[in-house]
Amino acid sequence: MEEKREAVLRADNIKKYFPIRNTFGKVINNVKAVDGISLELYRGETYGLVGETGCGKSTLGRTLINLMPATEGDILFEGRNIAGMSERQVRPLRKKMQMIFQDPYTSLDPRMRVGDILAEVLQIQNIGKKEERQDMVMDMLGKVGLRPEQYYHFPHEFSGGQRQRIGLARAFILDPEFVVCDEPVSALDVSVQSQIINLLQDIQQEKKLTYLFISHDMSVIRYTSDRVGVMYLGHLVEEALTDYLFAKPLHPYTQVLMSAVPSANPHVKKKRIVLEGELPSPLNPPSGCVFHTRCPYAKDICRRECPQLREADGQHKVACHQYQ
Amino acid sequence: MKRTMRSEKYDESLEKSIRELQREQRHLRLLKLKKNKLAIIGGLITIFMILIAIFAPLIATHDPYDMIVLDRLKGPSAAHLFGTDATGRDVFSRVLYGTRVSMFIGFSVALYSMIIGMVVGLFASYYKVLDSVLMRICDGLTAIPSSLLAVALMSALGASEKNVIISLVAVSFPKVARIARAQAMVVKEQTYIEAMKASGSGTLRILFRHIAPNVLSPVIVQVSFAFANAIITEAALSFLGVGVPIPQPSWGNILYEGKEVISKAWWMIVFPGAFTAAAVLGLNILGDGLRDLLDPHIN
Repeated sequence: MEEKREAVLRADNIKKYFPIRNTFGKVINNVKAVDGISLELYRGETYGLVGETGCGKSTLGRTLINLMPATEGDILFEGRNIAGMSERQVRPLRKKMQMIFQDPYTSLDPRMRVGDILAEVLQIQNIGKKEERQDMVMDMLGKVGLRPEQYYHFPHEFSGGQRQRIGLARAFILDPEFVVCDEPVSALDVSVQSQIINLLQDIQQEKKLTYLFISHDMSVIRYTSDRVGVMYLGHLVEEALTDYLFAKPLHPYTQVLMSAVPSANPHVKKKRIVLEGELPSPLNPPSGCVFHTRCPYAKDICRRECPQLREADGQHKVACHQYQ
Repeated sequence: MKRTMRSEKYDESLEKSIRELQREQRHLRLLKLKKNKLAIIGGLITIFMILIAIFAPLIATHDPYDMIVLDRLKGPSAAHLFGTDATGRDVFSRVLYGTRVSMFIGFSVALYSMIIGMVVGLFASYYKVLDSVLMRICDGLTAIPSSLLAVALMSALGASEKNVIISLVAVSFPKVARIARAQAMVVKEQTYIEAMKASGSGTLRILFRHIAPNVLSPVIVQVSFAFANAIITEAALSFLGVGVPIPQPSWGNILYEGKEVISKAWWMIVFPGAFTAAAVLGLNILGDGLRDLLDPHIN
C-alpha cells in the first residue's frame, strides 16, 4: 500500500437508531443498529465488514450511501457531507455510489425485461438517448458475462448466479466510484461465488473502484478485502489490514470469529472458542463495552466505560481496554 | 458513434433471436390460457354479453319503447320471443337494450373503481399519514352495507345513469383500494424497489412503474368481481325504483315492472333474471380464472 491514500468516503461518528413508538407516536425506545462508527474508505480498496447477523453491518452500508438517513454523524463523500441531504439532493450523486444486494431473486423486478431494468437506471440519471442506452446495456451485459440478446429475457429465466450478474450490471452501468456490496455472494452456490467475486475484482481493477464488502463469511472476506472492520452490536471493535487481522486478531470477539472458521487442513487441531450467552438486544445494549457480557477477559472497567477504537500496534485499531 | 457500433456488432443475429424469443413467449402464454378452461368459459360468457350490448339495435326485433297496447302481457311467441309487458312493449328487445345499460354501468364502475382504488391504495401504502386518513375513509365506506349506501347516495344525487355509476363506484372502490394497498405494502419491501431508490429514482416512478404493475393482478381479479357486483346492485337499485330512471330499460327496471304482474307474466321475471345471473356468473368465473392465470408463481 502506498503512503498517500485518497479517502473516497469518510464517515464520522455515524449513528442509526430506529425509533420504537407507542400508540400515540411517542418515541419510547430506540433500536441502536449503528452506534457511533467512524471509518475511512480509500480509493481502489476493498473494505471488508464482518460481524454476525443483526450486528448492523447492512444498516451501516445503507446509511453510508444515504439509502437510509443517518440519525447522527457526518458522511463526507467527495468532500460533501451527504448525511443531511434530502433524497432530491442525493439523487445526482447516486450514480457515483451504488449498491449490490444480497438476494438476487428479489432484487430484480419480475415484470420487466432485464434490458429494460438496466436501461431505466440510465434513464433515471439522464444518461444518453434511447438507442445509446440500449447499446450501453448490451455492452454491459457482455461485460458481466451474459449475451446481448438476453436483454429481452425476464428475470425468472435466469439462474441465481446470472441474476446476480444482472445485479452487478445494474450497479456498474452508472460507472460508480464507490459500491456497497451487501453480502453479494451469500445467497449463491460456492462454485458460483468465486465467479461473482472474480468478476467484482476484475471490474474493480479496471475502474479503480472502492468497495465496501459486507459479509459474515470470514473466508470470503479474507479473499476479497484489503482491510477489514469487525462489527459487534453496532460498534466497530477492530480494524486492520486483512493480513494483520488474520495473523493476529486482537479483540476477543475477533478471536472468537477466527476460531469459528473451518480449517482446510484436517490435521491442524484448532482451539474453538465458544461464546456464552446470546447476542444482547440492540434495544438495550450493555453498558460500557458492548461485548463485556460475553467476554472471557471482562474486567470492572469494561462494564463502566466504552473503549474507543485506538491504534494498538501500527496498522491495528482495536476497541478494547486490554490494549489501552 | 456507439449506435453504428451496434448495428455492426449485434443487429442481424440479434433481431432474429429476439423474434424467435417473442414467438416463444407468445406461445407459452397461449398454452397457459388454453389450460385454464375456467377463464375461457367466463371470458366467453362475458364477451357474449358485451357483444349483445354492442349489437342490441341490430338484434332487437322491436323498438324497446314502442307500446302496442293490443298485445299487452302476451306470452313468448315467434313475434315476441320473450313475450310483452303490461304496456305491450317487447320484452326481448327491452332485455337486449337492458344488457346495454347494465353492461355499460358495470364496466364503468369496474374501470373507475380500478383507477381510484389503485391510486388510493398505492399512495396509502407509501405515505403513512395519508394511509391513516384514506384507510379510515375506506373503512367508513365499507362499514355501511353496500346496497344501503348506494340507495342513500342515489336519493341524495337523484336518479340518473351517471349517478348510479357514481354511487356504485363509491361502494366498490374501497375494496379495490384495500387490496391494492395490502399488495403494495408487500411489493414495496422487495429489494428491487430499494434498488430503484439506490439508482436515484423518484417516488412517482417507483409507485407507478414498479409497484403498480406488480399489484395489478390481484386488483384485476377484484375488479372483475366489482363488475359483477355492480350489475347486481344496479339491478337491485332499479328494482327498488332508485336506479336507472324509468322508461329506459335495464334488467332491474324490467324486473321492477314485472313485479306488478308476476302471477300473470312469468316471462317478465325469468328472462331479465336469467340474463343478470348469466352475466354475473360469467364475470365471477372469469375472475376466478384470472386469479390462476395472473399468479406469477405459476409462470
